[in-house]
Amino acid sequence: MSESSNSGTHRERAKAAAAKAAALGEDINLSDYQAEAEPSAYQKDPSQLPREAKQQMLGAGVMLDDTSQRSGTYIQLDNAPVHSSFTYPGIEVMPVSQALEKYDWISDYWWRAVAVDADKYTANIELSQSDGYFIRSLPGQKTVLPVQACLYLSKARLAQNVHNIIIAEENSEMHIITGCTTASAGEPGLHLGVSEFYIKKGAKITFTMIHSWNPEIAVRPRTGVIVEDNGLLLSNYVLMKPVRSLQMYPAARCIGENASVRYNSVLVAGEGSSLDVGSKTLLEAAGSRTEIISRAISTGGNIIARGYIEGDAPDVKGHLECRGLILQDNGSIHAVPELKGNLAGIDLSHEAAVGKIAEEELEYLMSRGLSRNEATATIVRGFIHVDIEGLPPMLAAELQRAIEASEQDLM
Amino acid sequence: MLEIKNLAVVVDDREILHDVSLTIQTGETHVLFGPNGSGKTTLLAAIMGFPKYQVVRGKIVFRGKNITKMSLDERARLGIGMSFQRPPAVRGVKTRDMVAACLGERGGEDVINQLAARTNLDDFLDREINYGFSGGEIKRSEMMQLLAQKPELALLDEPESGVDLENIALIGELINELLEKECPIIDRKCMGLIITHTGHILDYVDARTGYVMCNGRIGCEGDPHEILKTIKQKGYGECASCLVRRSGQ
Repeated sequence: MSESSNSGTHRERAKAAAAKAAALGEDINLSDYQAEAEPSAYQKDPSQLPREAKQQMLGAGVMLDDTSQRSGTYIQLDNAPVHSSFTYPGIEVMPVSQALEKYDWISDYWWRAVAVDADKYTANIELSQSDGYFIRSLPGQKTVLPVQACLYLSKARLAQNVHNIIIAEENSEMHIITGCTTASAGEPGLHLGVSEFYIKKGAKITFTMIHSWNPEIAVRPRTGVIVEDNGLLLSNYVLMKPVRSLQMYPAARCIGENASVRYNSVLVAGEGSSLDVGSKTLLEAAGSRTEIISRAISTGGNIIARGYIEGDAPDVKGHLECRGLILQDNGSIHAVPELKGNLAGIDLSHEAAVGKIAEEELEYLMSRGLSRNEATATIVRGFIHVDIEGLPPMLAAELQRAIEASEQDLM
Repeated sequence: MLEIKNLAVVVDDREILHDVSLTIQTGETHVLFGPNGSGKTTLLAAIMGFPKYQVVRGKIVFRGKNITKMSLDERARLGIGMSFQRPPAVRGVKTRDMVAACLGERGGEDVINQLAARTNLDDFLDREINYGFSGGEIKRSEMMQLLAQKPELALLDEPESGVDLENIALIGELINELLEKECPIIDRKCMGLIITHTGHILDYVDARTGYVMCNGRIGCEGDPHEILKTIKQKGYGECASCLVRRSGQ
């Protein structure tokens, strides 16, 4: 299929789905938000961005003053890319609009991992001709330092539309940190983001996404992942700051033998926050495996924590672990772990637990001399610090830092 | 000194301990015998100050201070420590974190690593506390925490139960270290109150006084070896009838 006929089809399908409500989550009225924002000027040197913006971004793991510990950087302000750069030969980072011009083969990846007509949010991204990041690791290249990307919502009442394409070519390895955050402390806004991941044979991506919104923002990310033979995705998601409404259910397809996907999520919902967050893996090839771990804490907000693993091939293995902690009486956590096996010889399991901190555990710590508050903090800290197997130490430390920075508010 | 006077303790609206009195002088170790369900653990938990164990009569005086109304963590900070028979697993909290909490300001990583080596738990520091630990591992981990906490009153709930023969001598050594048995009694600051069901621990740890607890009361008090001998010969029935005779007087 040529690109033009392909994009024509996408356009038509998007138009047909423009009013299609999503399967999950509160229906967001897109007409409540503005589609256009005045584009900001391109910044060659990202450290020249406004100080407040840089501060916010730092809270989401994106550091612009010193980029020596990064292999590439992409910054999008509202709907316009304002900076993109890469310093390592194994990595490419650019606005997806630029990649579309540069590589005619991009059409092979455009709306392949996520359906353009999944719902009105995906449709809106197609119809608004959204930009986003294109990050690619070249065949056989393993880059130790992470690429960082920031999607920054600065204009009030704006719908930020983002379409990202991430490709790890065969036997390559890369690490990505994405921080999504906003300029304002209380203005409404909408973030819509499509991310399509393609992990080729023997390739590995670790993807760490930190969200830091405000209590009036609605967020609808749409993520699809395709993993080929012996490929690996390690995905970490952290949301510890208030948000009005967030619904996402990234779906990974293990289409190659021995492909594997591991998701870790840390979710905190304060009063007024409503989260519906899950992770999904379809084990479609022999020997593929997945692990989904989520930790949800409600300090007054509502969380639906979903997980879905489907086994469609021989010798696949999947485990789902979903644990919720309710720290305030008015909060709720609804764990929905789902497993589906479609043939014999598969191994899928789950464990889910929702509750408050056990009094017996608190007293055990207190009998060692900790006050009730200190004991609570120790247990909560242990709950959210999930040891992530396979995450490089530097990234693990950054993730830890991001969690610790938000921990103060939690206690 | 620990002084318990006419203590009555209620758990879930039921009086479990009645009129319990005992005194432990600084530097002494006492042992508490008694059948299952007699109230031994309740006494330890009441001294430690667990909220579920309510003192309805009597008082507990520790180092000259009436601690009857003091909270659990305050008592821990004042110098009371307890080894649990069945401590809870706390998911996400590592053994290292627990030892660090016990140490407080008294030491860092080095001390934690030394304590782990001492208790043969090097590989357990980065595991979630008590999660998937065997009976013997739990006992050693409890001793490691107490050695870090350095209490002046150590309450040990059946420290030898579930420990294999190979490790029981180690547990004995650790208890002796905790109770400063290497020092002359006059120099010891630490007191111990040890619950033992079988008396095995007496092969490793010297104790000055023994008590038998039956139905929430202390039946007799005396030389621990002599008491153990009687229990082995005649069972706890003898102690119960002894109690009946005494209350009849």
